[in-house]
Amino acid sequence: MDNVIENKLRLETIGLSVFYGDNPGVKDVSLKIYDKKVTAFIGPSGCGKTTFLRALNRMHDLTRGAKVTGKALIDGQDIYDPKLDPVIIRRKIGMVFQKPTPFPTMSIYDNVVAGLKLVGIRDRKLLDEVCERSLRQSALWDEVKDRLKTPGGSLSGGQQQRLSIARALAVEPEVLLMDEPTSSLDPQSTNRIEELIGELKDQVTIIIVTHNMQQASRVSDYTAFFYIGNLIEYNKTTRIFTSPDQKRTEEYITGQFG
Amino acid sequence: MRSLRSRYARDNVMLGFIILNTVAVLIPLFIIIGYVIVQGFNYISLDLFTKELGSPTRNMMGEPTGLVHTIIGTAVVDIMAVLISIPFGIGAGVMLSEYPDHWANPILRVLNDTLNGMPAVLKGLLAFVLVVKPMGSFSGLSGGVALAFVMFPIIARATESALMNIPWSIREAGLAIGLPRWRVILSTIIPAAKVGLVTGFLIAFARAAGEAAPLVFTSFGNNYLPVKWTGWIFGPVDTLPQRLYNLAISPYEHWHGMGWAAAIILLVVIIASFAAARFFIRDKKQG
Repeated sequence: MDNVIENKLRLETIGLSVFYGDNPGVKDVSLKIYDKKVTAFIGPSGCGKTTFLRALNRMHDLTRGAKVTGKALIDGQDIYDPKLDPVIIRRKIGMVFQKPTPFPTMSIYDNVVAGLKLVGIRDRKLLDEVCERSLRQSALWDEVKDRLKTPGGSLSGGQQQRLSIARALAVEPEVLLMDEPTSSLDPQSTNRIEELIGELKDQVTIIIVTHNMQQASRVSDYTAFFYIGNLIEYNKTTRIFTSPDQKRTEEYITGQFG
Repeated sequence: MRSLRSRYARDNVMLGFIILNTVAVLIPLFIIIGYVIVQGFNYISLDLFTKELGSPTRNMMGEPTGLVHTIIGTAVVDIMAVLISIPFGIGAGVMLSEYPDHWANPILRVLNDTLNGMPAVLKGLLAFVLVVKPMGSFSGLSGGVALAFVMFPIIARATESALMNIPWSIREAGLAIGLPRWRVILSTIIPAAKVGLVTGFLIAFARAAGEAAPLVFTSFGNNYLPVKWTGWIFGPVDTLPQRLYNLAISPYEHWHGMGWAAAIILLVVIIASFAAARFFIRDKKQG
């Protein structure tokens, strides 16, 4: 990999594997994620890209029979340190999911500030500020500023996804994991989210899983290609999409399989 | 076109069959409700709600008698059952739904299923051993405990299924913004499942409110108002289902009539609680 040395390292995995029972979902992946860059994970369905993504903020802790081996580090700190509360990791590494996940009974406002309010922050002024800042960041503010008290579930799908992003941003994560954030959205909403990713990368490190290769090439600085649980190739996005080193990568991005 | 017509015909036959079945189920229900009302209506009076029953001679001497002690007693015993069973039932339901990998989960599941399938009279026996024996007397409290045993497994099961209906992604979304597990459950999952929880609670309440067997050797029954208010909790207390039975097997015609009246009150309580639940659910869904 060329020219990567100039960037600051934020997240790193060393020989990370994820097992479901005895079956490895992801095998022995070593990867460096750089600060304030967008990294895309691509690959055909079932290649392990989402599984790998979820390992980065310990989402597998809840999955029955899932086991993670190897190392994952954020700023040199072991994410899987048994003495470490996963809550602390997840405050640093936020996540946005494939389907929008507004908390069903909460208003737009309460959804956005849930990560603060529900851990005991009651300062109304601070919460108001965070709400506005996060909704502006997720480009939703202008659409909802007059109806912050209405239920989050009353928004359209694309708005709900931006609400989910605002909620993730409200706790000021250092890294934002996005698991196919536009796969359930229409092209216009997809466009908004992609623009958003471009605006956000000055502030947070973003990792995005996507099925859509055009999307990866549009939004990301680095791209990792996964295939049947293995990391096949990882490089600058321009390099991956113009002159990949691996034959499989080339076959995939030219649409020969997957 | 002919085949289309025959499809319509078949559809109508099926529809007719379904309506017939519905009517067949509803008829006995209306017969029961109607018969109870016809039999008991004349015995509904102000005295019924203001006077205690006393001994059989009281009525024969022409003194006004009623079931006020039974109505209050039922409220006291049911409220105690609700207060005991809700926290435990919801807690168990949360355990069953949210912590499937916990070592205590399978044990709890077996215990809950056992309790659910156990005859109500045995639950009374359980409360007798746990409360009546150590305290040395029949009491409203022991009746509340016995009915809590009736309500607990139903609430636990209803809570479990209501929580399971909330998509798993909501939990992950809560965790992903750095909320602790318990906070996610308490502040996002339980409120989202509220309609299911209330429905489950009401089914449990309606079941328990109609039980007489567990109360026979716990709250025991009483013909009189207690002397002190503590008597409602620590003394023998009358309840509608049990009083209904006692009045029905008594040799006095007037008491039979009061038994029908007691049945009307019991029906009203149960129907009202279901109606309230319906109203609550519809209100929440629209809001």
